Amino acid sequence: MNFELTEERQMLQDTLRRFLRDRYDTATRNKILDSETGLSPEIWQELAELGVIGALFTEEQGGFGGKGFDLAVVFEELGRAGVVEPFLDTAVLAGGLVADLGNESQRTLVEEIIEGTCQMAFAHGEPTSRYDLNRVQTTARNVGDAIVLNGHKAVVVNAEAADHLVISAREGGEPSKEAGISLFLVPADTKGITIQGYALLAGGRAAEVMLDEVTIPVSARLGKAGETFAAIEARIAAASIAQCAETLGAMDTATALTKEYLMTRKQFGRPIGTFQALAFRMSEMLIEMEQARSAVINAAGHLEASRKEREINVSATKNLIGRVGRLVGEDSIQMHGGIAMTQEYELAHIAKRIVMADHRFGDTDHHLERFIALGAM
Amino acid sequence: MDLSYSDEEKAFRDEVRNFLAEKLPKDLRDKVAGTDGDGLTKEDMERWHSILNDQGWLVPNWPKKFGGAEWNAVQKHIFEEEAAAANAPRIVPFGFSMLAPVLHKFGSQEQNDYWLPRMLNGDDWWCQGYSEPGAGSDLASLKTTAVLNEAGTHYIVNGQKTWTTLGQHANMIFCLVRTNKDVKQQEGISFLLIDMTTPGIEVRPIILLDGAHEVNEVWFTDVEVPVENLVGEENKGWTYAKYLLTHERTNIAGVGFSKAGLNTVKRLAKAEMSNGRPLIENPHFAARIAQVEIDLWAMSTTNLRIISKAAGGGTPGIEASMLKVKGTVIRQEINDLARRAAGVYAMPFASEALEGSNAGLPDPLGAGPVAAKYFNNRKLSIFGGSNEIQKGIIAKVSMGG
Repeated sequence: MNFELTEERQMLQDTLRRFLRDRYDTATRNKILDSETGLSPEIWQELAELGVIGALFTEEQGGFGGKGFDLAVVFEELGRAGVVEPFLDTAVLAGGLVADLGNESQRTLVEEIIEGTCQMAFAHGEPTSRYDLNRVQTTARNVGDAIVLNGHKAVVVNAEAADHLVISAREGGEPSKEAGISLFLVPADTKGITIQGYALLAGGRAAEVMLDEVTIPVSARLGKAGETFAAIEARIAAASIAQCAETLGAMDTATALTKEYLMTRKQFGRPIGTFQALAFRMSEMLIEMEQARSAVINAAGHLEASRKEREINVSATKNLIGRVGRLVGEDSIQMHGGIAMTQEYELAHIAKRIVMADHRFGDTDHHLERFIALGAM
Repeated sequence: MDLSYSDEEKAFRDEVRNFLAEKLPKDLRDKVAGTDGDGLTKEDMERWHSILNDQGWLVPNWPKKFGGAEWNAVQKHIFEEEAAAANAPRIVPFGFSMLAPVLHKFGSQEQNDYWLPRMLNGDDWWCQGYSEPGAGSDLASLKTTAVLNEAGTHYIVNGQKTWTTLGQHANMIFCLVRTNKDVKQQEGISFLLIDMTTPGIEVRPIILLDGAHEVNEVWFTDVEVPVENLVGEENKGWTYAKYLLTHERTNIAGVGFSKAGLNTVKRLAKAEMSNGRPLIENPHFAARIAQVEIDLWAMSTTNLRIISKAAGGGTPGIEASMLKVKGTVIRQEINDLARRAAGVYAMPFASEALEGSNAGLPDPLGAGPVAAKYFNNRKLSIFGGSNEIQKGIIAKVSMGG
């Protein structure tokens, strides 16, 4: 048993924490949130140069990390600082699928991603799929030497900024079957793709991606026809772990802000943290934070395990982080009072990030049911 | 025990229902549906006030001698329930149900004669100047000062108020100010009416975490307020403020909002698909809805029990605090369920919807800004005496402290 970070990961954590503390404060983020693109190209480039993106890919893929604990270290720091830039979408999801499934020519994109010169998005979910990964109604059909895509992809994060989209489509089977789902790597400006963008409540941007007779060459195929579900599930697992670590970092910030506030804010002539009603709730949050940290370790430690071990740990962690996230989000606001309700205060953004994480890759309820279905009981 | 309404009460309900069907404009109804009325403009709210005023129902709680209808608590409840069900805008309470009762009881004849008609006509929009950056839960520690000038004609007011709801629309503010620093905190507070167009007043918006502008900071620098605008006696303001708070707590349970919110949750859960079936057929989610509905049924009866008592002349005590706590817990739980039901589509920042247009928003469910609402309504357990303060009151009173 050893719960220490390796020397390399420790260094990465220290560097990243220092950089973000100096460069990414509330005012900086609010400016980014107000901007049209919802992301800062400068911050993106600087973080790429620090090795943040390289840490998300394995050595074979051209990076220097890519394991569960690498993802956890990077995303905990991104979450602590409330970074809104789409590392999850470009690198872990879409970039990860290209690295996992791409042929030699497609994999050249990974190099660009690591250098910070390419943005990506994964267009998978659909209006009625909710959190089910197998529900794909978008179709791909062969027409001569080409493939034609038709469908509607929902809430595709980072679609507007993306140079390339990884798009899932069905080439066979019922809409709920795992078999029959294919992936395609497509330039975002391909004819027939309409991107209807909007801001997200917790920062960043997403879009509805409409595919109307999108004609692409067969060379756009990523992985084997109809056999990509396993790769998708594994990538969503990696993304879920990254997102749970990010939420853990954000919750660490929320608890630190709350602790500070309880010790300094005075009412009735004393710091409000000296009132037992609040002191106990603070203790409760700290107890749950230890649970959350352990849950992230459980998931990160099983990313490289068998499919069943990996998935059951992901669902357990998503469920626990969802529950603790609601507690920390709500109680940190409640203990602050009105000030935490204002956009100018750091906690406002952090609390939104914590709670809204439950709306991606399956919420608390979804993963409770999935934990049962995966046979943990 | 009889859980049914009397014939008179039923007739009254029909009267209210007919009035709403006939007089509530469709555009206002549409704006309120599913949003608690967050997108209403000042003009919208004033239009509804004026319609109610023509009917004589704008200030049903006022005594008849001031132009009110003297509805009892059950009638008020029936009106509020029907109005919520019909998606009518809420009556902005600051003047009509907060300041006015204080003026009725403690104000001078001149003050009542001057301010009340202006209020009813919509000449004045009132807001409340209570909280300060350093005085939230501990309201009595407020520091905004009012010092009488040498001539004895004006108070000179200096300080800062905060969380001033809809202060951006207001031309008048009623304030608690410190007029004596040398006595016990509660004994040096006065109640002043201040014209917000007086030089030295600045209103600064506070943008909330969901992007909404509903509260403000109000700054006072050497603001001159005529002594005629003092309500009651100097240094008795705390008594008046406490009297006002008992009026602020009517309809505190928000039963109507919760019922409307629960309907929204059910509608969303029927439309949203999960694992190929409507979400509402998912036993886990259905159980969550059922749980909060059961709590709401019971609280609704608690609410009626307290209303009945009030209609019979009893004064609600800690029950108001209990209703506030339970009411906000239930309402916030319903907001949480609405957010959950919307799934991935809770993620878009739907503040545009608050401006009255859904253009550019993907919303196949018609979910609207459910997540923004969830965050915005965290305020319910904070304002008007936080739930912790209410629990303190319940404990203190019930254990004889």
